[in-house]
Amino acid sequence: MSMRRIHGVGIGLGVAQGTVARMAAPLPPPADDPSTIGAEAETARVTEALAAVARELEERGEQAGGDARDVLEAQAMMAEDPTLMDEVSQRLARGATAEWAVHDAFAVFRETLKAVGGYLGERAADLDDVAQRVIARLRGVPAPGVPDPGHPFVLVATDLAPADTALLDLDKVLALVTSEGGPTSHTAILARAAGIVAVVGAADAAELADGETVIVDAAAGVVTADPAPEELERAARRAADRAAAASAPITPGALADGTPVPLLANLGDPAGAAQAVDLGAEGVGLFRTEFLFLSSGRAPAVAEQRAAYEQVLSAFRGAKVVARVLDAGADKPLAFLNDAHEENPALGLRGLRALRANEDILREQLTALAEADAAVRAGGEAADLWVMAPMVATVEETEYFVALAREYGIRTAGVMVEVPSSALLADRILRHADFASIGTNDLTQYTLAADRLLGSVAGFQDPWHPAVLRLVQEVGRAGAAHGRPVGICGEAAADPLLAVVLVGLGATSLSMAPTALADVRASLRTHTLDDARRIADAALAADDAAAARDAARKAADAEHREGETQP
Amino acid sequence: MSVSRTVRIGSSHGLHARPAKLFVQAAKAAGVPVTIAKDAGKAVDATSILGVIALGIDQGDYVTLTADGDRAEAVLDELAELLTTDHDAA
Repeated sequence: MSMRRIHGVGIGLGVAQGTVARMAAPLPPPADDPSTIGAEAETARVTEALAAVARELEERGEQAGGDARDVLEAQAMMAEDPTLMDEVSQRLARGATAEWAVHDAFAVFRETLKAVGGYLGERAADLDDVAQRVIARLRGVPAPGVPDPGHPFVLVATDLAPADTALLDLDKVLALVTSEGGPTSHTAILARAAGIVAVVGAADAAELADGETVIVDAAAGVVTADPAPEELERAARRAADRAAAASAPITPGALADGTPVPLLANLGDPAGAAQAVDLGAEGVGLFRTEFLFLSSGRAPAVAEQRAAYEQVLSAFRGAKVVARVLDAGADKPLAFLNDAHEENPALGLRGLRALRANEDILREQLTALAEADAAVRAGGEAADLWVMAPMVATVEETEYFVALAREYGIRTAGVMVEVPSSALLADRILRHADFASIGTNDLTQYTLAADRLLGSVAGFQDPWHPAVLRLVQEVGRAGAAHGRPVGICGEAAADPLLAVVLVGLGATSLSMAPTALADVRASLRTHTLDDARRIADAALAADDAAAARDAARKAADAEHREGETQP
Repeated sequence: MSVSRTVRIGSSHGLHARPAKLFVQAAKAAGVPVTIAKDAGKAVDATSILGVIALGIDQGDYVTLTADGDRAEAVLDELAELLTTDHDAA
């Protein structure tokens, strides 16, 4: 068979090669045929299969740890549920096969859970997974889900669910290829966080078969099946070069013409600080403070907060640390801030709105941040602490937050631009705020009116959309006019080509998951500020996200070719 | 002899995900038959995770635990403690 190229969206700049292992497809449902071996023998089969599946799930839980462990242990308990076994036994007594009895008994519970809906409806998927595993065991076939071929492999799937990736042994995964899903899919986020080469949304990947050799080229967004030996060699060389670049001395983020673009880290808790420093973060562009609150039924005490902030500030002495005050609501509800039921929580009392309604919590957080800053300063070189408010929609909110922050001695106070209204009025907002930081995930959600958490509208959640880019440009212009920094935090900054576009639109710093820093650093180095502006213009002129990405890629390639012909 | 006790659910996620798992694990470990009912509803086997989550118990709901055997009181003490604690805040 000759070489085939399959196109999709590449995540990062990596390239990898290996043999394909597919996520096994769901099993066909068993038929309701009468048992030929009798109830006693069928019971023995079921008992063995249920126990074996429960043990396997427990083992996987132990390996996975964390939240995944709870899910898997609960699944193990479903397999050995006494009520379920009653239902199975009744069917076996009536002459059913083990396969049918398990299938039909699980279906009863599945319907109950589905009927309740909501959270319980989601548990129906967990139950399906258990049923599939038990039936696979009874049939002696591999269980659906993440494959385990016993050697490193290129995982090919329709898309990956969090439950799948929780179990993925990342050391065995050479690359990820999905036929569905986009740049903000769970697969893409996982690939970025773990630094795995991935091509997502490659529709034709459905044709790839187990054991086929492929090259996965994330930079080009192409999967090559049946590659020629020269292609394999070239890919191996590129992978080696890239590995060498990753271990090369880390330089500050800058464009080819020397324009500095500080590369900062997004941090979710103080524990991530060391890794961020190792990977060359020049500071922290988004220090999320939710971790202190999410695990707690109440707001943590000032002293407790201060200790956590000190940890991060002292890891970044002499560098910038942008802390975001508590961003609760929507996907991160906190009962003590707002326990009202909201039909549209993304449009509800969230972010700064929720803090304003609970001003004591905001005041305590500002107190703790200011105290941590003073304590670190007293112990040597200070960090440059910036503090920003989430979900700011109006000029008035900006004035409110900046004034309050100043009251506590915060020297640099700014706002997140995540709502189109604040992007459109950035020129007025930046009269009051010392800086703006664009949260591209929420800005995309609000610009395209598509809930980030809703799978059915996930296709809209693409920060390459020219409408989003135009809003970024609006903020970039306002920043330049007022001489205020405009940072980007969010998945968009971690996309090496989009990072160039964002700089072309006026972003002055980029903040991302630390694992993305090396690729973005390398990408910025290959373009001048003029290039970046031209590439951004090409993207802005497109009709939709996919066209913007293509136009930017073409413009970037053209810059390179021109560069090569010059003496 | 069977003993019953009615308690109010403390967990902010109700008796769904992790709290349901912890409760069923504890009921299994108790070694005596235990049932759980929501309000005046039908009692289900407390060692059945499917039965327990299908009750759809939310924070603030009242549930009645019933246990049999010598250790019934001690078992109910332990399980009631578990149900009134907010595990999602742990």
